[in-house]
Amino acid sequence: MLDIIVSVLTRTIVAGTPLLLATLGEIITERAGIINLGMEGLMSTGAVTGFIVSYISGSPWLGMLAAILVCALLSAIHGFVCISLRSNQVVSGLALTMLGIGISGLWGKPYIGLPLPNRMGHLNIKGLSEIPVLGRILFSHGWYVYLSVLLGIVLWFILRHTSLGITLRSVGENPKAAESQGIAVNRVKYYAVLAGGGLAGMAGSFLSTAYSGSWNEGITAGRGWIVIALTIFALWQPGGAFLGAYLFGGIFVLQYMLQPLGISPNILSMLPYLSTLLVLLLFGLTASGKRKMNAPATLGEPYVRGER
Amino acid sequence: MARIQSLEMRGISKSFLEVKANRDINLSIHAGEILGLLGENGAGKTTLMNILYGLYLPDEGDILVNGEPIRLRGPKDSMRAGIGMIHQHFMLVDKHTVLENIALGFDEAPFFFPHRAIRKKIEQLSDQYGLRINPDKPVWNLSAGEQQRVEIIKALSRNADLLIMDEPTSVLTPQEADELFEILRKMILQGHSVILISHKLEEIMSICDRVMVLRKGCLSGEASIEDVDKGKLAEMMIGRQIAAAYDKADVKPGGTVLDIQDLHVDSDRGLPAVRGLSVQIHSSEILGIAGVSGNGQQELVETITGLRQPLKGSVTMMGQPLKHVNARDAHTLGITHVPEERIKFGIVPNLPLYENSVLKQHRDAPYSSWLRMDYPVIKNHAGDLVNSFQVDTPSVNARMKNLSGGNIQKLILGREISSGPNLLIAAHPTYGLDVGAAEYVRKQIIALRDKGGSVLLVSEDLDELFMVCDRIAVMFEGEFMGELTPDTWTIEKIGLMMAGSHG
Ligand SMILES: Nc1ncnc2c1ncn2[C@@H]1O[C@H](COP(=O)(O)OP(=O)(O)O)[C@@H](O)[C@H]1O
Ligand SMILES: [Mg+2]
Repeated sequence: MLDIIVSVLTRTIVAGTPLLLATLGEIITERAGIINLGMEGLMSTGAVTGFIVSYISGSPWLGMLAAILVCALLSAIHGFVCISLRSNQVVSGLALTMLGIGISGLWGKPYIGLPLPNRMGHLNIKGLSEIPVLGRILFSHGWYVYLSVLLGIVLWFILRHTSLGITLRSVGENPKAAESQGIAVNRVKYYAVLAGGGLAGMAGSFLSTAYSGSWNEGITAGRGWIVIALTIFALWQPGGAFLGAYLFGGIFVLQYMLQPLGISPNILSMLPYLSTLLVLLLFGLTASGKRKMNAPATLGEPYVRGER
Repeated sequence: MARIQSLEMRGISKSFLEVKANRDINLSIHAGEILGLLGENGAGKTTLMNILYGLYLPDEGDILVNGEPIRLRGPKDSMRAGIGMIHQHFMLVDKHTVLENIALGFDEAPFFFPHRAIRKKIEQLSDQYGLRINPDKPVWNLSAGEQQRVEIIKALSRNADLLIMDEPTSVLTPQEADELFEILRKMILQGHSVILISHKLEEIMSICDRVMVLRKGCLSGEASIEDVDKGKLAEMMIGRQIAAAYDKADVKPGGTVLDIQDLHVDSDRGLPAVRGLSVQIHSSEILGIAGVSGNGQQELVETITGLRQPLKGSVTMMGQPLKHVNARDAHTLGITHVPEERIKFGIVPNLPLYENSVLKQHRDAPYSSWLRMDYPVIKNHAGDLVNSFQVDTPSVNARMKNLSGGNIQKLILGREISSGPNLLIAAHPTYGLDVGAAEYVRKQIIALRDKGGSVLLVSEDLDELFMVCDRIAVMFEGEFMGELTPDTWTIEKIGLMMAGSHG
């Protein structure tokens, strides 16, 4: 029994990792006031880019870097449309998803089903990984897992304890106030969109170069949409992203474990969305909750300099 | 850093598309001076100051500090030059704390742990200038006066030698305004200079050393404060003497039209906004509601017009209870509404004028029958409104959004009162209108009263209330502090009541 629990928890953390990475990305983006609904497409492109570059170069690290770069560039399109052209962010995001899925299908065709010879390595942290139970759950993972945790902590620290964090949050809350203090609002928005795209790319390359070690169409399996819900579930906080990512990661794992017991995986795959609705409901019911539910005040609104 | 001994703006012009907001304006100010910048709404005061703060680039003209020309490409340049600005609508992030707001974009704030480093600076400045503030409170939790103090500290922390304040007292009670003036006087003694924008003559007279007056984008006068009086300033501002009060027909209020009993209403935040109000409005009567905005006026108006559900209490219109289901109920009972945000709630900007002229009435005869709209009748009606309410428009087919603010308001007012309403609820009906349009709107409101209608007029403009109303009730934190009539009201009394003391 203990073995099963340890195994479930270990796999939960692994399954939560792409959700965590991409959610951190969406949090950064939305904190700057931009909604990016293109996560599914970006993750898919990240997966295919990561796979191809890892396959050809033999280095999963290069694959990861390439995925980050390509997806940052791809999200720059979204940035241009939303920030410079001030078009509808929802429409642009949906278009980005379709574009990303299209690109990944095209690029990935020759690689479908090929196994990746050298996946991203594991790092059993000396000493710590030998601790009974906890060692396996927490300290015997691949590089992506540690990196994602590190990035989450870094993002929390930046938002909370640095002037960069104040700038980023202010740009999403009240861009005019930021502008009046000499901050180049749109530049900050661009950087946030690029960072968000890069993290989505990283999440994608995790799927193809570490998690499954192969490329298939539909590899992201709706994770990009879960990420959108998760960002709300997390109340735009990195801490909430950890909680949500591992919770929903656990649901992914349980889907397969519970199937033999006659529980339909479809019910479980509804849970991320249901629980997001539940969070919105619970917080929306009370006034103080509404305030804690701190969606950036200008989320989705284009910013025009010098407008009244 | 060199302190600003003198600052000069020379030949400044600025246009927005077809609007010439500033035309060849010269301005100068010296250290230790408070310069008043006076002008009606839309005169171009804010535009001129936004240029000085680097937010807008002027089309023409130069800015000189201590005789040296400088280029201001953005607020950062201005801050470096020692210019600080406090906007009419505070540039604060509501959800963030005072500390975070002051740290935002601040060069001296370190990258790591900016909060800690800035706390000292805030404490020092609040001691030096008597600006009491709790640095850890979130801004939404602060009163307007406190938020203003945050803005002042923000400017001072950036070493602003010249402080621009855009209509700083518009959100303050008279007492809070006095406190602000104390602070400004302290700053002057320490070598700062201040440009104070206002359209209140009283204020300019009481605190400024010199005054410049703008009218329709041009400089229309400049004087030392000793050389002018209120009448002269008003003349410079609007080009003629202000009408003291409007002529009203000598009619006495009649029977009760609207009866509000023990009304309790919550705000959007879920906090009590209206707390046990009871009031009656009679026919041939204009009841004014005075008070600093945010004391429940908006919630009260929304409840009477059917837009908001009360928690408790009743609203009765001509003996019939308002069921508070939606705005249509209020409309059918004969309650009409000139809303505060006229563009957002008063019109549909993308529809033509004629369709806007029958909003709410469009489903009734003669404008429609069953499924069919009778456009010839509607256009006729629109044409009548345009003529009788002096709406300046190329035709009734013009898109509503292409009309100017004053003309939009005239059409809304015409639409609401032309059908002969029992009751008009007007929220800030002249806010942001030019003098001519404002005067017209006020006269129409009085004409309505003279014909036997009743009006509830919510306004922050005390002069307007004095000129128009038969009775004024002062609202504070959701309650009436008292009622005043023309023979009892004074600015001082209303000021005290606006700050929460019972009359
Ligand atoms: N950003 C802008 N875009 C277009 N028109 C503007 C803008 N800012 C001001 N205006 C116009 O310029 C004129 C002067 O406005 P403003 O400077 O705000 O006047 P004031 O502050 O004296 O009330 C007004 O007619 C206003 O409509
Ligand atoms: Mg102004």
